[in-house]
Amino acid sequence: MDKTVNNKAWFLVLPVLVVVAFSAVIPLMTVVNYSVNDTFGNNDFFWAGLEWFEEAVTSDRIHAALGRQILFSSIILAIEVPLGIYIALNMPKQGVWSSLCLVLMALPLLIPFNVVGTIWQIFGRGDIGLLGHTLAAVGIDYNYTNDPLDAWATIIVMDVWHWTSLVALLCYAGLQSIPNAFYQAAKIDQASRWKVFRYIELPKMQGVLLIAVLLRFMDSFMIYTEPFVVTGGGPGNSTTFLSIDLVKQAVGQFDLGPAAAFSIMYFLVILLVSWVFYTVMTNLEKAEGK
Amino acid sequence: MRLRGSALVMVLYILFLLVPIYWLLNMSLKTNTEITSTFTLFPANLTFQNYVVILTDPSWYMGYVNSIIYVVLNTVISITVALPAAYAFSRYSFMGDKHLFFWLLTNRMSPPAVFALPFFQLYSSIGLFDTHIAVALAHCLFNVPLAVWILEGFMRGVPKEIDETAYIDGYSFPRFFIRIFMPLVASGIGVAAFFCFMFSWVELLLSRTLTSVNAKPIAAVMTRTVSASGMDWGVLAAAGVLTIIPGALVIWFVRNYIAKGFALGRV
Repeated sequence: MDKTVNNKAWFLVLPVLVVVAFSAVIPLMTVVNYSVNDTFGNNDFFWAGLEWFEEAVTSDRIHAALGRQILFSSIILAIEVPLGIYIALNMPKQGVWSSLCLVLMALPLLIPFNVVGTIWQIFGRGDIGLLGHTLAAVGIDYNYTNDPLDAWATIIVMDVWHWTSLVALLCYAGLQSIPNAFYQAAKIDQASRWKVFRYIELPKMQGVLLIAVLLRFMDSFMIYTEPFVVTGGGPGNSTTFLSIDLVKQAVGQFDLGPAAAFSIMYFLVILLVSWVFYTVMTNLEKAEGK
Repeated sequence: MRLRGSALVMVLYILFLLVPIYWLLNMSLKTNTEITSTFTLFPANLTFQNYVVILTDPSWYMGYVNSIIYVVLNTVISITVALPAAYAFSRYSFMGDKHLFFWLLTNRMSPPAVFALPFFQLYSSIGLFDTHIAVALAHCLFNVPLAVWILEGFMRGVPKEIDETAYIDGYSFPRFFIRIFMPLVASGIGVAAFFCFMFSWVELLLSRTLTSVNAKPIAAVMTRTVSASGMDWGVLAAAGVLTIIPGALVIWFVRNYIAKGFALGRV
C-alpha cells in the first residue's frame, strides 16, 4: 500500500513515544551513567571512563558465559527450527483436530517461565520425577544437579519443549496460505515430496521462518528464568548464561559499574544481530510487495 | 498411509508436550508423603488439600489477584497507546518512521536483566515501588512495541478507501477511528490484547524485582515458598497448575489467530 506523506502522524505516535521513553530511555540512560562511573555507596559517583568496559572485554568469566550463550542459542536453533518445520508439515490441515492441536501445542507457551522451570526441575529429579525415575530405572546415570552434561541436556530439552511449538505454529500459518492449486500443479508435474517441499512450501514459509528464527534467537539469548530455576546456573558455572551472570553481578554483588558496562555490550550484541535479521526481513517484504 | 504417519508424529509430539504437565497435575493431587515415599503414576489417594491450602490462604491467592491486576492494567495501557501509533505506521509515511519502528522493536529485544536494576531505582525514587502500576508500566517496555507491531500488521489489511469514504461522509477522525475503524480491526485488537496478556503473565524477572509485599505476583510467591518452607511439593505443584489455567482458557478464543499474532500480523 502506498502511504501518504504526513508529518502530523507524529501526534498519533506520541503516546507510544512517551510510554516507551519512560520505561526504556530513562533506565537505559541510568545504565549508561553507571557504566562510566565508580561508586563506593552513598550515591557518590566518580568518573571512571572506560575502565569497566575494558574490564568486561577482558574478563574470562564473561567470555566463558558468552561462549556458553552462543553454544546454547545455536543448539536451540539447530533443533527447534527443523523440528518445528517437520511438525508443521504433519499437522492436520483443518477441522476439529487441527484446532485441538493448535490449542494443545500453544499450551507450553502460556506457562509462566518459572513454572516451566519448576515443571522440569520436578520432572527430572531422580526421586520424584517421571523422567529422572525412568532413566534411573533403565540404568542411565542421570543427575542434572551434579553432571554438567545432564544439566545441559535438561535445559535444552526443556527449551525444545517450551518453544518448538512457536516455530511450528508460525510455519503452519505460512503453509495455510499456500493455495491448493500449487499442489495440484506439482502433482501434474509428478514432483516428488521433497521437491514440493523445496520449491513450493519452503519459499512460502521464508517470511515466517525469519520471524521465528529472530524471535527464538532473541529470546534464547536473553534466557534467564528457566535455567535459573532448574539449575541455578550450576553445577559450578556450567549453565550460567549471560543474563544469569549479569543478574548475579548487578543484584547479587551490587557491582553497578561492571554490570552496567556488561549490559550495554550485551544489548548491543543483540541489537546488531537483530538489525541484520530485520533488514533481511523488510527487504524480503519489499521484494514480495512488487 | 501418509495420513497415518502424520497422525503418529503429532500424537508423539503432543504426548511429549503433555507428559510433563500431566506430571505436575499428578503431583498436585497427591499428599506430600505419597510424593516422597512412593513412586506412582496416578494419585493413590486423590486429595484436593493442596488446592485448599492455596485458595484459603491470602498470602497465596493474593498472588493471583496481584498478577491479574497488573496484567490487565498493562494490557489496557499497551493497547490504548498502541492503537493510534499502529494506525499512523500503517497509513502514513513521516519523518523518521522506519527508524522509529525499528527502535520500538529494539525494546522487545532488550534483555529484562539489563533493565531490572534501573527499573528498581527509577520506581523506588518516584515512590511507585511495590505497586501494580509499576509492574504494568515496566512490562510496557516489551508489550507496547509488540502491540504496535501486531496491530500494524492487521491494519495494513484494511483498505484505505474506507478511510477516505468516511471522511467524505463527514466523519471526524476520532469518530471514524472509534465507530468504523476499530470494529474492522477487532480481531487484531483481540490478538494484540491476548499477546500482551500472555507476555505480562509469563514474565517474572521484572515483576519480582519491582514488588515486595503488596503487589507480589504469584510466580514470585511460588519461588519464596519453595525456599522457605522446605519442600512442599504438593502445594508447589498445585500453584503451578493454577498458573496454567488462565492461559489455557484464553487460548481457546484466539486459537485461529495465534500464529498470525506470533508472526506479528505478517502471514
